[in-house]
Amino acid sequence: MSTVQVEGVTVRFGEVTAVDDVTLTAEPGVTGLIGPNGAGKTTLFDVVSGLRRPSAGRVLLDGADITAKSPHQRSRAGVARTFQRLEVFGSLTVRENVVVALESRRRSPRLAEGLLDRVGIARFAANQADTVPTGAARLLELARALATEPRVLLLDEPSSGLDRAETDAFGELLRELSAEGRAVVLVEHDMDLVMGYCDIVHVLNLGRLLVSGPPDVVRAHEGVREAYLG
Amino acid sequence: MTALLAYTIFGLVTGGAYAVVAGGLVLTYSTSKVFNVGHGAIGMVMAFLYWELAENRGLPQWVASLLVVGVAAPLFGLLVERFVMRRLAGAPVGVTLVAGVGVLVGLIGVAQVVWPPQARPVRPFLDHLGVHIGGSYVSGHDLVTLACAVLVAGGLYVLLNRTRTGLAMRACVDAPELASLYGTRPHRLSALSWAIGSALAALGGILLTPVVQLDYVTMTLLVITAYTAALVGRLRSLPWTFVGALGLGLVQSYAVAYLPSSPGWIAFRAAIPALLLFVVLLAMPQSPLRIGGVRGSRGVAVPNGLATGVGAGLFLGVAVALALLVGPVVAGQLALGLVFGIVVLSMVLLTGYGGVVSLGQFTFVGVGAVTVARFGSVSPLTLLAGALVAAVVGAVIALTVLRVSGLYLALATLGFAQLMDKLVLQSPIAFGVRGSVQVPRLVESPAAQLLLAAVVFALVGIGVLAVRRGRLGRRMIAVKDSSAACATLGVNVRWVRVGVFALSAGIAGLAGGLFAQLRETVAASDFQLFNNLPLLLFAVIAGVTSVSGALLGGMLLMLLPVLQSGFPAFAGVAVVLLGVAAAGLSRDPNGLVSWLFRAWAWRRA
Repeated sequence: MSTVQVEGVTVRFGEVTAVDDVTLTAEPGVTGLIGPNGAGKTTLFDVVSGLRRPSAGRVLLDGADITAKSPHQRSRAGVARTFQRLEVFGSLTVRENVVVALESRRRSPRLAEGLLDRVGIARFAANQADTVPTGAARLLELARALATEPRVLLLDEPSSGLDRAETDAFGELLRELSAEGRAVVLVEHDMDLVMGYCDIVHVLNLGRLLVSGPPDVVRAHEGVREAYLG
Repeated sequence: MTALLAYTIFGLVTGGAYAVVAGGLVLTYSTSKVFNVGHGAIGMVMAFLYWELAENRGLPQWVASLLVVGVAAPLFGLLVERFVMRRLAGAPVGVTLVAGVGVLVGLIGVAQVVWPPQARPVRPFLDHLGVHIGGSYVSGHDLVTLACAVLVAGGLYVLLNRTRTGLAMRACVDAPELASLYGTRPHRLSALSWAIGSALAALGGILLTPVVQLDYVTMTLLVITAYTAALVGRLRSLPWTFVGALGLGLVQSYAVAYLPSSPGWIAFRAAIPALLLFVVLLAMPQSPLRIGGVRGSRGVAVPNGLATGVGAGLFLGVAVALALLVGPVVAGQLALGLVFGIVVLSMVLLTGYGGVVSLGQFTFVGVGAVTVARFGSVSPLTLLAGALVAAVVGAVIALTVLRVSGLYLALATLGFAQLMDKLVLQSPIAFGVRGSVQVPRLVESPAAQLLLAAVVFALVGIGVLAVRRGRLGRRMIAVKDSSAACATLGVNVRWVRVGVFALSAGIAGLAGGLFAQLRETVAASDFQLFNNLPLLLFAVIAGVTSVSGALLGGMLLMLLPVLQSGFPAFAGVAVVLLGVAAAGLSRDPNGLVSWLFRAWAWRRA
């Protein structure tokens, strides 16, 4: 059972404050992170996964401060993520993408087939990764992240590119992953997915945390409607 | 005090000329996003042209400079932009760099054909118009140089900040498609920036000629100095570039004044631009891991273990047959070609698989050669020692230069090559006071040398393919495609890159040892900085992603000097063709061999 916390995290790009003093916690289960474009969701993922140093604030994993740790150290500590703008290894096959992740954990390459099967893209295993459809590439990023046996899983718009049936299957997969004790954090624009599968939802707007709570509470919140509808 | 003033003025004058050159570099880079490695070479050729007009044909100096700076150089810039660089818009750094190196090598070829080596004195400008400032004499040429620097600085400032064209130029850097929606024409602006950039290279070249001598390489390598200055302005800011250029001029001038004039210190002075380049690079922030977008490349098919074994067997069979059939001269040349092939194999690993463009690979060959030469033993173990020393040097360098990536990294390797060339290879530490060292041969006859080189080539080739198929190979390619994703999957990106760099340097060092014992006498000139450029060209033209490409590249590299001594004019033309071929082929890293393979597959189908 794992918990990730951000405490008072602020990220500035020159004059612009992308994330402004955000404090939130993701516990085992599915946590939604939503907000309009430019709200700071992906930047917050970059801070948690270590790709970006915050201007202020801390990141804690199960109570231990990991703010100073590099991305690969955080990965070894159990943090994994996918990317909104795809980051698959385009020159390698789909299977090799997963094998790279398995090998970085000294796990057997033979586990790759099972992982690809689990996310539902086993049929692409031998294809070069920059040739598969966007939806499959997103699922590949998920399979690759799972290969590192993460305790905290950050998913950045994983369902874009999936059709309705695939999205539903993906929702069920989310439920399974969180039932195994992981903290899954979901940045997503598909509100059905967010409201249907998240235990708790945090809403960001212009870098600030607007509201946190169960889906029903968030749905009813005035400010959320305003932020989305303007 | 007087001396200080004199050296300050002298430093400012040299710095002013650097500023003119560097300003052109920044202008073209910031509007076309293509770093012109050939910038110094353009200045070099234009300075030769100026000599032709002003000294050889007797035109008045101002007419000659006007023709060169105002007509020839801008026209040349337009041509390069139109036929080489425009097609490369948005291409990866490696591709644009190789195209630039192609232009550079082609220009040197042209200069060597048109203006064969001889002394070419150039009169300074306004020689009779010197003034005395506080007891030190400032020549008319110095005043002209300073005036040009001030005019160029002012002109560029006004162009970029006070004109519509300048505004559009700056807009095009960020989003050419978007800017074109607003009615600007990115191609025109990019062409304009190349025209102005070339003119500035020419002006800088002409101003510096009376100071640095007119030769092919010195001026071409001025690009390192200009680049160092431009780096102070992060390749964007013109004012900081000028500050950097003046600073460089001053440091060099003070070094001449106040450092001892023993041979070691003279070498040190020559290495100052490269040293400062490292200082500036170290001061730069670690480049962040780039996020966003799928990158992938299609390499040639990697043969499996069986195919590799069969290929190696065939190759060795041919080598044995050749060793039995050909005469000693040809056998020696083939052995040399194979040794160069091993150097190219080191680049297959680093550049072809790892995506890192190195402009300093030949320097590691030198390190291996020096090590073997210094041991002076006939044990094959010395070859391994050479490889090991080169790998260690490679790892140390990698730890310094791998802080940065892409273009910065490639140019840092060029700076490293210059540093090693000036400080180590040319000093008595490497090749003794006589400048050359005798090396005992491991095997005597040329036929045996051919077999030795063939066996080592085959082993290294098998090793490179095994790496590609294995865990390290997957990892290298993953780091090349997305270092950010690698890091979040727990891969220590830095160590992978350092490891690959060191391994590649080790292979180059191994080749260096073979080279030294094959040649029997080696000297610093065998490993000079300039050799790196044809090496990169041949590797890319022949195919930097495959073992067969490395074999072809090595053979071509061996043939060039053979042609040069047999048919000098033809060799010049060959160099020009090479440049053109590189500029054309640089988009396809799989090179000529993949064309051959494709043609073969098509024929069979």
